[in-house]
Amino acid sequence: MNPVHYLYAAYIATWVIHGVYIGSLERRYSRLRQQMKDLRK
Amino acid sequence: MKRAFPIFAVPTALLLGYAFYEAMWVAPMERTMGDVQRIFYYHVPSAWTAFLLFFVNLVASVTYLVRRNPKADAVALVSAEVGVVFCTIVLVTGPIWARPVWGIWWTWDIRLTTTLVLWLIYVSYLVLRRFSDSSQTPKLAAVLAIFGALDVPLVYFSIWFFRTQHPQPVIGGGGSIDPRMLHVLLINWLAFSCFAVMLCWARYRLERLHREVEEAESMESLHESTR
Repeated sequence: MNPVHYLYAAYIATWVIHGVYIGSLERRYSRLRQQMKDLRK
Repeated sequence: MKRAFPIFAVPTALLLGYAFYEAMWVAPMERTMGDVQRIFYYHVPSAWTAFLLFFVNLVASVTYLVRRNPKADAVALVSAEVGVVFCTIVLVTGPIWARPVWGIWWTWDIRLTTTLVLWLIYVSYLVLRRFSDSSQTPKLAAVLAIFGALDVPLVYFSIWFFRTQHPQPVIGGGGSIDPRMLHVLLINWLAFSCFAVMLCWARYRLERLHREVEEAESMESLHESTR
């Protein structure tokens, strides 16, 4: 494997991890907003 | 406050883009490792940011134990969670860098092992926060956080006091670094620190909403039981 591919892999892995975390924040936020809306009904 | 988030997000995104450009095309190529050494510009700032967040977690945990302030408890939880994200990046990018340079993905070296232990301590902290409903949970978590923080200096100074395969620290240690590389490293650290602030900000808002929902649910159940 070309060593430069390891560089790309590391950079992509970093942003995939951040992306997954931001996605999880967004999902939790929507779920809580829905729960709050249901409680207010 | 809601408007401040996107206002801060735009310069952070621009800074991350600029830091990426500097790391990929401006920083000089290292002679022995070649381009793969550029992993350094993501690996090291992620480690420093994780350490900083674990330090914030320690201060907030001690504050919670002393003052029983729920805001300090929320800050402790938020900083631990975002710290784990950055520590995960360190543990993923490290082996990706090690494979072409050392010829192996992983070795039970003191620096690598203590970092893995640090990650496991903070993951157990988050598991405790997630699955324990007791009113004692914040107190227990704060105590666990203090033990976790004890591992941070062990991780940092391990390469000073033990023989290790891991390179020596580039700042304040035996190693030296090209000033242009140092400049790119510091820009990347600044960019990742701003990004960590954004993540903590978003996570803190989420935690506030979570506590509001919990409070509303308990009020609702109290209301129903008195009917």
